[in-house]
Amino acid sequence: MGTDLGAQLAAAFDAAVAADERVEPRDWMPDEYRASLVRQMAQHAHSEIIGMQPEANWITRAPSLRRKAILMAKVQDEAGHGLYLYSAAETLGTSRDELLDKLHSGKQKYSSIFNYPTLTWADVGAIGWLVDGAAITNQVPICRCSYGPYARAMVRICKEESFHQRQGFELLMALSKGTEEQHAMAQDAVDRWWWPSLMMFGPPDDESAHSAQSMAWRIKRHSNDELRRRFVDIAVPQAEALGLTLPDPDIKWNEESGHHDFGAIDWAEFWDVLKGNGPCNEERLTRRRTAHEEGAWVRDAAAAYAEKQASKASTESEARV
Amino acid sequence: MILSHRLGEWAGDAPVLEEEVALANIALDLLGQARVLLSMAGDEDELAFLRDERSFRNLQLVEQPNGDFAHTIARQLYFSFHQHELYTVLAAGDGPFAPLAAKAVKETAYHRDHAEQWTLRLGDGTEESRARMLTALTALWRYTGEMFRPIDGLDGVDWQALEQRWLAAVGAVLERAGLTLPEGRRTGAWAAGAGREGLHTESFGRMLAEMQHLHRSHPGASW
Repeated sequence: MGTDLGAQLAAAFDAAVAADERVEPRDWMPDEYRASLVRQMAQHAHSEIIGMQPEANWITRAPSLRRKAILMAKVQDEAGHGLYLYSAAETLGTSRDELLDKLHSGKQKYSSIFNYPTLTWADVGAIGWLVDGAAITNQVPICRCSYGPYARAMVRICKEESFHQRQGFELLMALSKGTEEQHAMAQDAVDRWWWPSLMMFGPPDDESAHSAQSMAWRIKRHSNDELRRRFVDIAVPQAEALGLTLPDPDIKWNEESGHHDFGAIDWAEFWDVLKGNGPCNEERLTRRRTAHEEGAWVRDAAAAYAEKQASKASTESEARV
Repeated sequence: MILSHRLGEWAGDAPVLEEEVALANIALDLLGQARVLLSMAGDEDELAFLRDERSFRNLQLVEQPNGDFAHTIARQLYFSFHQHELYTVLAAGDGPFAPLAAKAVKETAYHRDHAEQWTLRLGDGTEESRARMLTALTALWRYTGEMFRPIDGLDGVDWQALEQRWLAAVGAVLERAGLTLPEGRRTGAWAAGAGREGLHTESFGRMLAEMQHLHRSHPGASW
């Protein structure tokens, strides 16, 4: 009987996903589907908040007030995206506190890209153009993800991200067309961020542990390699428009495939950064933990205050009765 | 502009995610106000990035380092209540700052509310938060007198009445938080009004060094 019901629920779930219907928080879903979504959404949320660090690194040094305002707004948006995504993940029965604990203890990951340092102002532009560009390529298909709350969060996030990407492009354009030193600064940033951006799409399809299942569940719509190729096709003409080169001599148009061929990615570096050995892994996580620990007394105060207010309110309502 | 910069230093380090959003939001509002004001006086970037410490006219209060979250909130409490009162007066007048003030008064109402809510939470939260809030309020108290020194070119402001309203409003928030207005001198690090004359505190120079270095490293470049 129980098995029959379980099988019926699973069949109904599979049919709904196959029909492109949205799964909502109260719907039955396989445990593995739930776990897989929590993992992906948490990692996504963590990436937004760790991703604030490399850019916030330049807020106090932005070279004009206009650029400073744009950068502040962007970092603020990222905190907001983190909030959406934690809320969306909470609909699956976890909590922000629990997820943050897992981030702080290294049990959950964030995007490997944020383990690279922002060494010059041009890096802010390269992040906007390349990193946000790669993120958008990855994330637009998630707007049609089978899990409703995730899909809806992504619709809002993608709108803001594409705005950031245009601003990053425009920042690099100003540098590229500026003085010789500014142009060199822009080229250097693109040279350093290009390959890490390609790594954002994840391991090659034959080495991607979660891909097949995620695609069957329609959490994911396209393979890592497919999205990576799409991104290269978009980035090549944009680099030309910027008057900057991409650090890959093997990029060339392939008439037959209708796509750009490109050079081999250094997967050893990718796995190394993922394991925690990138240039900034240690520093990013330490800073996040420190902010959290040093903010504990503030959160405690807010909780104590809320408790006092609640007990005051209940005493008052009792008195009225 | 200076307070906006200080709030920008919080990015990535706030105690909760909601405060990342709130502090950046306030910083952006303040930067927006500063850009309008600076543009009324000349080129905003020239004024921001090419003046030396002695030419800056900001209050000493806003250049004070962030300290812990209580220091940041105490600074916000003192300043946002002042700014709200001042912009309300300016918005009602017909001087050159009236249009800016009319917009800013809405923003500062939000900043005031944010500072007030956190003052209540910290003052009436835990023993530790109350102690930290008291320390912060006391440490920054000395810089509050400067806010009520008349400013050349700002006519039609009754500075004494402004100060009385500020004392009453801030005092009322502190009372609700179970705190009281600090006591002691309010003359700043120098005589009251020194910031307006380009006399600042020591941390300010380092703040400017960081803020201006990139702009100054590329003379004449556009960004």
